[in-house]
Amino acid sequence: MNSATWYGLVGAALAGIGLYGLIVHPHALRKILSFNLLGAGVFLIAGVVARRGAAAGLPGDPVLQGLVITGIIVAFAATALAVALLLRLAETAHTASLAEAALDRQREPVAGSDPAGGRTGSTG
Amino acid sequence: MNIVAIGLALDLAFGLLALAVAVFALRARTTYAAVVGFVSFGVLLALVWFRLGAPDVALTEAAIGGGLTGLLMLNASAVLRATEAAAAAEPRRPGVRLVALLAAATVAGGLAAAVLALPSPAPTLAPLAVAGAPATGLGNPVAATLMAFRATDTLLEMVVLVLALVGVWSLTRDDLWGGRPGRRHQADSKGVLVFFARLLLPVGVVFAVFLLFVGADQPGGAFQGGTVLAALWLLAIMARLADTPAIDQRWLRFWLIAGPAVFVAVGLAGLAFGVGFLGYPEPWAKPIILAVEIVKIVSVGVTLALLVAGPPMRPRGDDR
Repeated sequence: MNSATWYGLVGAALAGIGLYGLIVHPHALRKILSFNLLGAGVFLIAGVVARRGAAAGLPGDPVLQGLVITGIIVAFAATALAVALLLRLAETAHTASLAEAALDRQREPVAGSDPAGGRTGSTG
Repeated sequence: MNIVAIGLALDLAFGLLALAVAVFALRARTTYAAVVGFVSFGVLLALVWFRLGAPDVALTEAAIGGGLTGLLMLNASAVLRATEAAAAAEPRRPGVRLVALLAAATVAGGLAAAVLALPSPAPTLAPLAVAGAPATGLGNPVAATLMAFRATDTLLEMVVLVLALVGVWSLTRDDLWGGRPGRRHQADSKGVLVFFARLLLPVGVVFAVFLLFVGADQPGGAFQGGTVLAALWLLAIMARLADTPAIDQRWLRFWLIAGPAVFVAVGLAGLAFGVGFLGYPEPWAKPIILAVEIVKIVSVGVTLALLVAGPPMRPRGDDR
């Protein structure tokens, strides 16, 4: 087994670790973090495919490496949006869990009285 | 020990360490500890990217994957600390762990099988990229990919950054629209953070510009440089040397749009000159690419920093 294949297997394991965390963790920030681990694993496998495509004096296929750079930045943009949504959820519903029971339990006291959302909540 | 054996030992160590830190981030008791683990994971992964012959990706991973994503989640974990106990105490449905384990094992196993079954010799676009690079005037084939061969991807990615920021800003409370993002930071004006920020700012700006220009022929580029600029700006904000700008200011809106707008304008100009959308007439390729990259580094820096800062939390008058 050469280095590229080894890192490919590491990438596969990372994707598995990320998927496990995504399902198991109740806290949404942990889910976002796990999703980033999953993504890192997928990018790493793309990097392995690029590495195997080393030719013409280059250490890897530059087209695939360029796509991974684009992917990392888009993943960051999605993470930023997810974190902003989560912080807003925590502000209005006082929970960071996506379980319906948690949302219902927290929503009841302010339901109907707060159409704009969040003004009654703590903003500190 | 010869150099190949040392390389293999390094690969083994980096891979195992990355996996160990990922498992730590998965299992850590507090979210804060998990995020710290994630940042270390990003740095380790950057080393892996160097070992895979992809220094451009390594720079991006260290700066964005570990750095900015880590900062974003550190802020969030501090705000959400009060919600952790309730989430941890939530009743777990039986069997979820088992199903998750099965799903994770299936996906990891399938990917591993795919990695082991990759065709040999591997298909590659490297010779085509090398053959096309002289026409772009860029010596770094990854930069040539991002700015010329696959320029549409880069353009769309800049649009995605702006759209994500629109999404983040749309979560603003009505009464705070036009206000300043983020909470007010506390900083001791004689403290280490402020001293460090003052020391690092000028050095960092020079380094960002260096990354931009060296990116044409060596690893680097506008995205990596822009990330450094964003990090410096965020550092200045945390040290209270600067404040986040109110989001309805003209100059701010201008720089958010400038990067994608210049890119689109260059693309349309290519159409007008008969070299196709985002094509560059050959002798002018490098100057045009450089001009786009100079606008892009500022645009990317502003957008990334504002994505980390989040939606407005304070009215605009709340400055000092």
